[in-house]
Amino acid sequence: MTPLDFVVSLALISVAAGVLGSLVGLGGGVVIVPVLTLLYHVDIRLAIGASIVSVIATSSGAAAAYVRDRMANLRAGMFLEVATTTGALTGAYLTTLLPVRFLFVFFGLILAYSSVTTFRRRHVDAPLTVSNDRIANYFNLHGSYHDLAEGREIAYKVVGTKLGLSIMYAAGLVSALLGIGSGALKVPAMDSAMHLPMKVSSATSNFMIGVTAAASAGVYFIRGQIDPIIAAPVAAGVLLGATVGARILGRTASKTIRILFVVVLVVISLEMLQKGVLA
Amino acid sequence: MSGPSRPPVEPAPGPAPEIPRAALGRSGARRELTPDEARRMAVKVHRVELAISLVLRVGVVASVLVIAVGLGLMFAHHGSYLALRGPLSYRALTSASTSFPHSFGALGRALAHDQGRGVVVLGVLILILTPVLRVAVGVVSFAYEKDAPMALVTLFVLVVLVGSFFLAGA
Repeated sequence: MTPLDFVVSLALISVAAGVLGSLVGLGGGVVIVPVLTLLYHVDIRLAIGASIVSVIATSSGAAAAYVRDRMANLRAGMFLEVATTTGALTGAYLTTLLPVRFLFVFFGLILAYSSVTTFRRRHVDAPLTVSNDRIANYFNLHGSYHDLAEGREIAYKVVGTKLGLSIMYAAGLVSALLGIGSGALKVPAMDSAMHLPMKVSSATSNFMIGVTAAASAGVYFIRGQIDPIIAAPVAAGVLLGATVGARILGRTASKTIRILFVVVLVVISLEMLQKGVLA
Repeated sequence: MSGPSRPPVEPAPGPAPEIPRAALGRSGARRELTPDEARRMAVKVHRVELAISLVLRVGVVASVLVIAVGLGLMFAHHGSYLALRGPLSYRALTSASTSFPHSFGALGRALAHDQGRGVVVLGVLILILTPVLRVAVGVVSFAYEKDAPMALVTLFVLVVLVGSFFLAGA
């Protein structure tokens, strides 16, 4: 395979990764890392560097539309970033302290559990109309969005900010420790713990993952993990895919997005358990 | 809507049970907004949203353009990369020993020599800095809209983010 074949085929796969990543709020890394390591046999360090680039690309590409269309909850997203960035910073220091295998098993189980809770909410995800959460009320984190699939404006209230903040801290920690996209914990934190509608959770997660990834991108760049010939097709393809995905999310039923997210989450948790148990 | 196999312990579908207003008590530090205040609040928030959306779009478009130019230069300088079939494998460019700029000094030298890979790295750096810039614009917008709590929260995020870049040694 010549460099041109590589760039063109990787760009096409990246478009698909961008569409999926922007729909479920996980970023393109979920697809990019296995594709680069298993299909192209690229060094894992370079694959992780490309994954960080793809997460930032999905986030910025999709969030430009999600924020403008009020699909993402800007205030809740920015408020919760306090916990994710702090978690990411702590994680960078803990890397050497904790055994990685144990972390993979631990978070593999947590993701398996959150895929179950997310799946169970498929019938009961009606938005809340009142909230007695003091933090959410003080920062006015509540919101509303226009659901194109249902053709109406949906207002929602936010609860459980303390639990949400704790899970977000863990999300930042995990992404720094294990190099996995933090969206896998962000979406359940907003959907199950804080009762944001599924599509808002996905769009807001998309909005947030770029900032969490940017917090560790500097390290990856200096360590020489961002190879231009891999990063270029990934960034360009994922940006295009994310722009397309951002148009699809509004028109798709919440339940479809939820099921899609659960399927991807189950795959990630199995991957993590496999790494922890067999590696 | 209603699944026949649902266990009886789960709450019924439909809107979540409403908590009576009186039970809210000291629920929020702020009083309930009047409809007029709520509308002004929504307008303010939407202005911040448009500013942030614009920053993201400009960052994304700029980085894609720079990356595209860089890729073009790479292929223009190395004619052998363009072959559809041939002995040259991409593996030479993606192995652990491949050299490419990964410090600002090296990036500057690569750009001075008009190297395509340097231009691509510059585009990727623009992409990486876009979320940081987006947070910075958030601080300014919230401050401008006189939303002190949110401005402080966003400022904290910006400090942690910039701090992480310095800790990385960038």
